[in-house]
Amino acid sequence: MPKVNRRDFMRLMGLGTIGGAVFMSSGASAMPGKKETGDFYFLQLTDTHWGFSDPKVNPDFKGTLLKAVRQVNALKLQPDFIMFTGDLTHTTEDAAERKRRLLEFREVIKHLKVKRLMFIPGEHDASLDNGAVFKEVFGPTHYSFEHRGVHFLALDNVSDPSGSLGEAQLNWLGGELKKLDADARIVVFTHRPLFDLYPQWEWATPDGAKALELLAPFNNVTVFYGHIHQINAHVTGRIQHFSSKGLMYPLPAPGSQPKRAPVPWNPAIPYRGMGFRQVQTDLKDGEYVITETPLHRG
Amino acid sequence: MRRLTKVVGAALLAVLIGAGQQGMGAQGAERTVRIVAKKFEYQPNLIKLKRGEPVVLQFVSADRLHGFSCPGLNIRATIEPGKATTVRVVPDKVGVFPFHCDLFCGEGHDEMTGNIAVSDEP
Ligand SMILES: [Cu+2]
Repeated sequence: MPKVNRRDFMRLMGLGTIGGAVFMSSGASAMPGKKETGDFYFLQLTDTHWGFSDPKVNPDFKGTLLKAVRQVNALKLQPDFIMFTGDLTHTTEDAAERKRRLLEFREVIKHLKVKRLMFIPGEHDASLDNGAVFKEVFGPTHYSFEHRGVHFLALDNVSDPSGSLGEAQLNWLGGELKKLDADARIVVFTHRPLFDLYPQWEWATPDGAKALELLAPFNNVTVFYGHIHQINAHVTGRIQHFSSKGLMYPLPAPGSQPKRAPVPWNPAIPYRGMGFRQVQTDLKDGEYVITETPLHRG
Repeated sequence: MRRLTKVVGAALLAVLIGAGQQGMGAQGAERTVRIVAKKFEYQPNLIKLKRGEPVVLQFVSADRLHGFSCPGLNIRATIEPGKATTVRVVPDKVGVFPFHCDLFCGEGHDEMTGNIAVSDEP
């Protein structure tokens, strides 16, 4: 299974020879367990858009999430936790329906063997009510936690419909980072990219630069995000940014067509462009081994 | 009284000159383009401007909060219902510049787009 670690990644980025595809793996087997104490792996699942119902884009809109759940359950070694990076549900203007979708989503993922599940919202979940219903169902939209020596920061850049983090959250982030030393291992989760990937499609965070400024003094920062329904790898300073495939429909490459309309379903290649991500730590070297796992076709 | 009439007269004259020249160039009578934002489109969604010609973009919403962002010309506005938002623009380059709604507004939000086409004076 192709692996790229932080050193390789930085080198390849420097040479300008890397594409998102380098990270893709056709294998769907579990990550081999590392013997070093402390090492672990987690999953990132994103953009499940529960409630989406256009069969031209995904005729299996009711079954795709459960299919992902089954595929995760089949992993030989189960992850320590799963982080869902937003757009758990597809948007609706009806607050009662929004809540129903979030609750249904939660019912489906109850089938996961892994019980440590974490969530941040996407704009579809939270932008129309500033995160009110999401908070009711899943709790805070930004928070921090620590796991085996890694500091995780989950950020909310969707509850404000402009996609901004806002001063209050930036102050909170600054406070969290004050507790850490420069070599701390920091993993950030967001829905939208913190850098300007393609602002014309809102693939950016208006005040994301302020967050990156706060993170800049740290030597080991990796951001995992969703929103763009495809793999993308990017570096700002010393910070690495990785977006993941989604689990309802793929979106076109940034700026590759006039509109960011979903890529239509291709019956010859069902579930194309959908998948999830495994992240294995290698704490001794301060690396992460990232494996992109496509959703099975069958 | 005479003075006031004179001022009003001058302003009126400026408006008339402006109208006579199809709103081009006359100071105090810049062309205004009214843009209506509603779920999930802009009317119009093609705005034709001339390079170097000042224009006032007047944004109104027919329903809810929307945004307007045209990164290529560095134009950004928040469009609130019941309130007209104006932005004065003097396009300094020729081209077609896409714009979009940058405040998430619902199911069709991604389709809320349009273009500003800037051409040279004939
Ligand atoms: Cu809008």
